[in-house]
Amino acid sequence: MSQTFAAQGLNAYAGDAHAVQDVSVSFAAGQLSAVIGPNGAGKSTLLRAMLGLTPPHSGAVELLGQPLAAWTRTERARQLAYLAQTEALPLDAQVRDIVALGRGAGEWKWGLFPVRPWSEEDEAAVLDAMTRTDTLAFAERRISELSGGEAQRAALARALAARPHFLILDEPTNHLDLAYALDVMRYLRAEVDRGVGVIAVLHDLNLAARADHLVLLHGGRVLAAGTPAQVLTPQNLQAAYGVRVEVVQAGERLVIVPVE
Amino acid sequence: MGLNSGGLALLVTLVLALMGAVVLGVAVGSVPIPPGEVLDTVLRGLSGNLREEDVIIWDIRLPRVVMAVLVGACLSVCGGAFQGVFRNPLADPYLLGVASGAAVGATAGLLLDLPRGLIPLLAMLTALGAVAVTLLLGRSGRRYPPTRLILAGVVVGSFLSAVTTFLIMRGEDRAREVLAYTLGDLSFASWADIAQVLPYALLGCGALLALGRALDLLQLGDLTAASLGLPVEKLRLLVIVAASLATAAAVSYTGIIGFVGLIVPHTVRLIWGPSYRTLLPISALAGGLLLVLADLLARTTPLYQVGIVTTLLGGPFFLYLLRRVRV
Ligand SMILES: Nc1ncnc2c1ncn2[C@@H]1O[C@H](COP(=O)(O)OP(=O)(O)OP(=O)(O)O)[C@@H](O)[C@H]1O
Ligand SMILES: [Mg+2]
Repeated sequence: MSQTFAAQGLNAYAGDAHAVQDVSVSFAAGQLSAVIGPNGAGKSTLLRAMLGLTPPHSGAVELLGQPLAAWTRTERARQLAYLAQTEALPLDAQVRDIVALGRGAGEWKWGLFPVRPWSEEDEAAVLDAMTRTDTLAFAERRISELSGGEAQRAALARALAARPHFLILDEPTNHLDLAYALDVMRYLRAEVDRGVGVIAVLHDLNLAARADHLVLLHGGRVLAAGTPAQVLTPQNLQAAYGVRVEVVQAGERLVIVPVE
Repeated sequence: MGLNSGGLALLVTLVLALMGAVVLGVAVGSVPIPPGEVLDTVLRGLSGNLREEDVIIWDIRLPRVVMAVLVGACLSVCGGAFQGVFRNPLADPYLLGVASGAAVGATAGLLLDLPRGLIPLLAMLTALGAVAVTLLLGRSGRRYPPTRLILAGVVVGSFLSAVTTFLIMRGEDRAREVLAYTLGDLSFASWADIAQVLPYALLGCGALLALGRALDLLQLGDLTAASLGLPVEKLRLLVIVAASLATAAAVSYTGIIGFVGLIVPHTVRLIWGPSYRTLLPISALAGGLLLVLADLLARTTPLYQVGIVTTLLGGPFFLYLLRRVRV
């Protein structure tokens, strides 16, 4: 069984826009993958299409070697946790209750009526997710009483609570300051070390440089894919963003500096 | 999830208050009856040993109070579920045109001099018809986007209100009768009516109460809820059908009682928190309590009808809530 979440020749629409065009990508478990590319490149649409949230127009998506359609809705939800680009958490709910909703991918009758009572495993997963995202301290607070960065961590805890095989995050470092963003990268790396496949859309190329695998999208197509050193070249970035950059080796990591 | 001790104490208070209100509702009237006798009569009724003099309590006062509990609970559960499924704090059970649909049917039935027993059936038919039209208009492909549905509901509702007004103008000498019927009135409630409403109420509200956790998930947004395995469109349709059945039955037999379905879930949310697993069942209790008290007020003051009481007091109370809470 191949430990990947992959798409072959995927085409998908966002509204009327042919936002994903003939995209083939493969994301491995136990790796931190970053999807990068300019605004409107089709990153969010690609993730949604791979998750089956917008029906793909054509092409194939495979999860762990099986076509996505072969998985039941519940099994699929248990394997793939998703954090949307604009996840609006209900303001008057407590953090703990939000994180607990992440366990929603349990057994349901017709997908609507829960048939499995809340278990100790659920409780443990919720506690674990909050511990790993440092949200335990404000478990009892309401979302409206959190800063944007704290709310983002609560949303991340909600996704982690499912204990998924793959964690798919659309701009998890959005609106976060340097320290918070690095915290999130640290949480994600910890998940990868436990064997989870993490796929994150990132805008900050210097954060993306910390990933194991990069996919650079442009105009709905894959412009480059591979290791940071293969993808983060001045040529690729000029082609994708139309901006001249210098790529500097700083210790083990690449640093991207715009030069205009 | 779960209630803290403060929430639990308030819940016990609510249950006791509801039981007290029911007894009070039966006891108060042109001839006051001591609460002890009310309880005795109810016990005799339940065990099938009614005496002749029990008729006033058992056949006149009690059905009225029971209907108030039933309809109050129904409207509150449906209102809460609509607020959840549309993620809109201003949603109420009449959002998709069920009430204006019922009003058209009832008005037409009264003006056509149909037998009294047929009028609620006709009202229910037009009420459900109105929701069906709203669903057709609000549909986009195989999906039912909330905003489209709400707009379609507004259109259907105002169109049908215009039709009702037109009908009333044509039969102007009977305007009072029609208004009294549509404005929400519990004074004619009978056990037979209750038996008609009960199946829809149990079926509709029962389904909604079982959907609490699904509604909680939906609060994360359609995309996230779908990624958690929730069939979002199926849920939305099921909630609409279940709530419309229960609401249509309630308004067809008691008229359009305003504001209950809006205010009760809001108040419950403020006190017991936003989870629909607690919000819906507690709303049922609180809605029952509110309507028994409102009907008591209608009977003992010159406000005449429970629908007038809820609308008259509901507006200011709602404003008070809005000022206290940042929605
Ligand atoms: N509902 C829609 N109707 C029409 N076009 C859309 C719609 N949603 C998105 N698009 C278009 O589809 C393309 C891809 O959008 P997508 O959201 O996938 O981009 P993205 O890479 O995630 O961008 P960003 O970095 O800004 O989030 C864009 O060109 C966008 O304008
Ligand atoms: Mg995006």
